Amino acid sequence: MARMTMIEAVRDAMDVSMGQDPSVVVFGEDVGYFGGVFRATQGLQEKYGRDRCFDAPISESGIVGAAIGMAANGLRPCVEIQFADYMYPAYDQITQEAARIRYRSNGDFTCPITIRMPTGGGIFGGQTHSQSPEALFTHVSGLKVVIPSNPYDAKGLLISAIEDPDPVIFMEPKRLYNGPFDGHHDRPVTPWSKHDAGEVPAGRYAIPLGKAAKIREGADLTLLTYGTMVHVALAAAAETGVDAEILDLRTLVPLDLDAIVESVNKTGRCVILHEATLTSGFGGELAALVAQHCFYRLEAPIRRVAGWDTPYPHAQEWAYFPGPARVGQAMLETMEG
Amino acid sequence: MSELHRSSLSLHVPEPEVRPGGSPDFSNVKIPRAGEAPRPEPDAKAEDIRKLAFTIIRVLNREGEAVGPWAGSLTDEQLKAGLRHMLLLRAFDSRMVIAQRQGKTSFYIQNLGEEAIACAFRKALGPGDMNFPTYRQAGLLIAGDYPLVTMMNQIYSNAGDPLKGRQLPIMYSTRENGFFTISGNLATQYPQAVGWAMASAIKKDDKIAAAWIGDGSTAESDFHAGLVFASTYKAPVILNVVNNQWAISTFQGVARGGAGTFAARGLGFGIPSLRVDGNDYLAVHAVASWAVERARRNLGPTLIEHVTYRAGAHSTSDDPSAYRPKGESDAWPLGDPVIRLKNHLIAKGLWSEERHVQLAAETMDEVMTAQKEAESLGTLHSGDRPSSREMFEGVYAEMPPHLRRQRQEAGV
Repeated sequence: MARMTMIEAVRDAMDVSMGQDPSVVVFGEDVGYFGGVFRATQGLQEKYGRDRCFDAPISESGIVGAAIGMAANGLRPCVEIQFADYMYPAYDQITQEAARIRYRSNGDFTCPITIRMPTGGGIFGGQTHSQSPEALFTHVSGLKVVIPSNPYDAKGLLISAIEDPDPVIFMEPKRLYNGPFDGHHDRPVTPWSKHDAGEVPAGRYAIPLGKAAKIREGADLTLLTYGTMVHVALAAAAETGVDAEILDLRTLVPLDLDAIVESVNKTGRCVILHEATLTSGFGGELAALVAQHCFYRLEAPIRRVAGWDTPYPHAQEWAYFPGPARVGQAMLETMEG
Repeated sequence: MSELHRSSLSLHVPEPEVRPGGSPDFSNVKIPRAGEAPRPEPDAKAEDIRKLAFTIIRVLNREGEAVGPWAGSLTDEQLKAGLRHMLLLRAFDSRMVIAQRQGKTSFYIQNLGEEAIACAFRKALGPGDMNFPTYRQAGLLIAGDYPLVTMMNQIYSNAGDPLKGRQLPIMYSTRENGFFTISGNLATQYPQAVGWAMASAIKKDDKIAAAWIGDGSTAESDFHAGLVFASTYKAPVILNVVNNQWAISTFQGVARGGAGTFAARGLGFGIPSLRVDGNDYLAVHAVASWAVERARRNLGPTLIEHVTYRAGAHSTSDDPSAYRPKGESDAWPLGDPVIRLKNHLIAKGLWSEERHVQLAAETMDEVMTAQKEAESLGTLHSGDRPSSREMFEGVYAEMPPHLRRQRQEAGV
């Protein structure tokens, strides 16, 4: 066991995967020699050579399009989009191509690629370094969508993603790269080295896609969340005294519906939490599923706490980011209602 | 700033020379003489062969003779096989257009006038090479001896459809025949082909890729992305542009602008780029073979602009008389690829008008026999078809729980 940051865990996952499977290749903008703008690929080019880990032109559709072609030729590319905010030029390749190649060719061709992208806000990233576009992927048949919340999960889930036979969108909350963040921006951030989930085993281990993690056992209400908001949820539970059961969904597609239903049926209350904008966000899907499957057990309306329906602002960062105060208020209202 | 320097601006919107009601006019299309273009060494640098991006490489002259340095890449038997492939494709097209009119399928796209390009190109590739085609390269399958019945099964979405009824007609897929699954989204296959070729290089394999795109789709950003990646990594890929003058109703000047050629676009990326007479089976094969040699010798990518004319409607949903003059294809100065190869074989004493009529009848018979067999497996609206259960399969390698629930809900 070693203490790792999420960045180190992500890098270790790629290192392990490249080491065990020569068909795994890693590329993207600044990913090769430099080791990535977040250092996620540091040392990989030196260790595995320029034809296994290399720099790409600034062309997201080129990066994903090339990865799709490589996958058709037997490789397992794990590519990086520098920020989730810049995935849009690749959206055509991701949604119309990667997601559908197995289906449209009836398995004649497949697309085992992983697309890593730093996501989320809370870093004064403004409009194009803070977005959480997961709902634009969960809406697309054929994609899997993964968002880890800690180093241990990040490594295990990324190894699963790379080994998965289907295209996986792997969204890394950049706010969590160096330490957990509970939304209290006025307090110093503790590094992962002081956190249990910073314990990361050496070598290969995999966390199955489609399985949620129960972060906190509770009886009063169920908090459904993922990514950075897992830590915000924990803080809100501690500060309100509400005995919340917190589920870190980890994988949005396929979704661990059983874990969700079991928890909400137990607590009878549900709060959904994500950074992404509210309207048509993934929280809407979660709310609909909970309403459908737990209707007769619900004792209060399902509440959603999310980013406002605005572009991600710069100066208004903390008025936008759904911090523990907003989450706590929704929890208390849910306990009343 | 003086007012004298200002003038009111106006937007330039390119227009074709002639519209419906006018007389077809290709007098501005410069056709160089056959045999005129030099044949460089395959390791030539892009900047040293710039002229080949602005001329048209041609082998067959008006008399049907093969002339110049690009002649001689095919044997007599290969030429006869090429003629047969083109006739087979033409017969296939004509029967499938009728089948669509009869309601046996929803949609079809013809290759009329462009048969030489895919048919000849296919013969320059080897086993294991991969094409990333558009919807107008069925000749790759025909010349690759892919079963006609399987193609028709796909078109009919019947019980024998290898794609289980999930895909629009003519969006074929066959890995075994080196034909990547066709997508409705234009140009996406361009960077994919480059990635496939890069993978081949990464694996130290000896297989190469061929990308395909039409004139209109070169305006898509993925055309640019493909060229950048091919150029950066010197990928073993052949970047084909089929310039058939038309993108549905839009003439090629809208994608290309008033100057230059599509081939010339490769030069800016440092990619050796050639223009070839797309209706000259011999020229297409010779240029393809040159590009294949470059790719196999790890010399990098080649861009080929195939100059041709889309003789048929864009698709069965299109009526070209609404935007271009009738008879324009007859006026096309590069003629008909089938007739030109026929004349060449006759000039060589290998063929006759009688043999040609006979071969045309034979290929039509072959197509109709296949059609009977395919229709015995059903058509879109009658007979057997893939199970509705198939709708839920293959979205993922393993069906996730939410799809299992939906399949149960659908009762299939």
